[in-house]
Amino acid sequence: MTKNKPVFFMGINLRKLRKAVFSKTTLRGIVAIIATGFIWELCARFEVPIIGMIPAPSSVFSSLLAQIQDKDYWECWVYSYDRVLSGFIVAQIIGIPLGLIMGMSRNFRDLTFPTLEILRPIPPLAWVPMAVIFWPTPEMSIIFVTFLGAFFTMVLNILGGVKNVDVRYIRSAQSLGSSNKDIFWRIVLPATLPSLFTGMTVGMGITWAVVVAAEMIASRSGLGFLTWKSYVAGDYPVIVIGMISIGIAGYISSAVIRMLGNRLTPWLKII
Amino acid sequence: MNEHHNPAGSGSKMQGGQMQISAISKYFGIGPLRKQIINDCTFTLESGKLTVLIGPSGCGKTTLINLLAGYETPDSGTITVDGSPIKGPGKDRLVVFQETALFPWMTTLQNVVYGPMVRGEKDKKELEDEAMHLLHKVGLAEFRDKYPLQLSGGMQRRCELVRALINRPKIMMMDEPFRGLDAMTRELMQEYYVRLFEENHLTNLFITSELEEAIFLADRLIILTNRPASARTVIEIDLPRPRDFKILVTKEYLHYKQNALEILHEEAMKAFSVGSGAAVADFLEAYSEVKAK
Repeated sequence: MTKNKPVFFMGINLRKLRKAVFSKTTLRGIVAIIATGFIWELCARFEVPIIGMIPAPSSVFSSLLAQIQDKDYWECWVYSYDRVLSGFIVAQIIGIPLGLIMGMSRNFRDLTFPTLEILRPIPPLAWVPMAVIFWPTPEMSIIFVTFLGAFFTMVLNILGGVKNVDVRYIRSAQSLGSSNKDIFWRIVLPATLPSLFTGMTVGMGITWAVVVAAEMIASRSGLGFLTWKSYVAGDYPVIVIGMISIGIAGYISSAVIRMLGNRLTPWLKII
Repeated sequence: MNEHHNPAGSGSKMQGGQMQISAISKYFGIGPLRKQIINDCTFTLESGKLTVLIGPSGCGKTTLINLLAGYETPDSGTITVDGSPIKGPGKDRLVVFQETALFPWMTTLQNVVYGPMVRGEKDKKELEDEAMHLLHKVGLAEFRDKYPLQLSGGMQRRCELVRALINRPKIMMMDEPFRGLDAMTRELMQEYYVRLFEENHLTNLFITSELEEAIFLADRLIILTNRPASARTVIEIDLPRPRDFKILVTKEYLHYKQNALEILHEEAMKAFSVGSGAAVADFLEAYSEVKAK
């Protein structure tokens, strides 16, 4: 009889909380992660060929305890984030207006699009040698390469967004007496926001991929370099820590953009 | 010089909004692909009357409304409102589209006040009061802060009606606005629409392909020919106002329906034999083959 009665503790409905935490989906996820760790541990213990070469979770964990007390480890985070954000933000500052102008002005699009399309397929990492030569410091060249990673994606997504604005919205707005300025700020720009955030999410992913590789090639700091350095030094558990750190850092960045996107495009959320 | 000008305050009872469509034609495409959509089409939207255009599907109704709204220009012929030729789209002729054209990023209220707001008319408080008054009438007051995607199809159309009405256009144009709604919502929308019309008596143009809807709403029913479209027949519908669904079973209504049905059927048969008839024949043939196996 008391089965479904809510139980409160410090204002929290414990039954609801238990339902959320111990839902089947969460439980399955936890079981899967533990099982993977367990199999991984076994593979390392029994020295299974190839997979057994990966350091066991136990040794990674003890090494992690040492790393998180080390200032250098956190500095790697700061360096990588610094580069990613610098490149990403510059890509927004240049890419968003460029994409919008290209979308709005046919003449401008005809002038810029062909050049962009030739440069775009060049992978950002192919720019590394040239970037190192023409930027005064290696730091600037890494930021430049991360910038490229996000830039083209931003421009293309925004351009596509502007071109896909439904003509009915423009017509309605014209009928209702909008000036060109109103049509841009009140119609085209909000209609483009969803594509803009798609561009940001994809761009952020590319930025992390690029920064890690660039750090391995042209830098002596950052999470990419940490991973590479541990490989050279033969400190295998730290390689794993570097990899997982990069994964978490990328995840946090994407989550922030998703949150920002949801906040700024509330009309897409149904109910 | 039959052009007249209404001073804003005192003349509000004096109704303008007479639209004259004279011998307009419209072509699309170039070279061998050039097709005539509208052919020498002439009719009048009488001031303060609800005119319904009906025609077989694909006959060029939407093109016609785009021309009247000023989104496209006719290749020949003239369109005038109260004597002066139209120049592009304007707030004196507002269209409610087939699919909703509410701005998805604005709430119900923001959508409704959009027109007067961008034109800088009235202050915000006054505008919102007026909008809320209209929203109340169509039963949307409590949905003022919802986004269009959060409204049902019928609510979206009602919101769109209000968004047009608040601008006090001379002419309202409805391009199959209730298409795609379920039967019950559709009936409800027709009632809302007819009530709004009978209250404000703006010049209204309503395009539809449903005969019952057409006769139920219309003061004047214009039947279009098959493509290229032109006005074939005008039927004055002399049913009492205010209208309600009881008229659907009166003898007069059935008489109008019978009359219009015959003309419409003739045009539909023409459309069938010209274009889509061949496709249907192909389909039937293919179908019988499949069945034989």
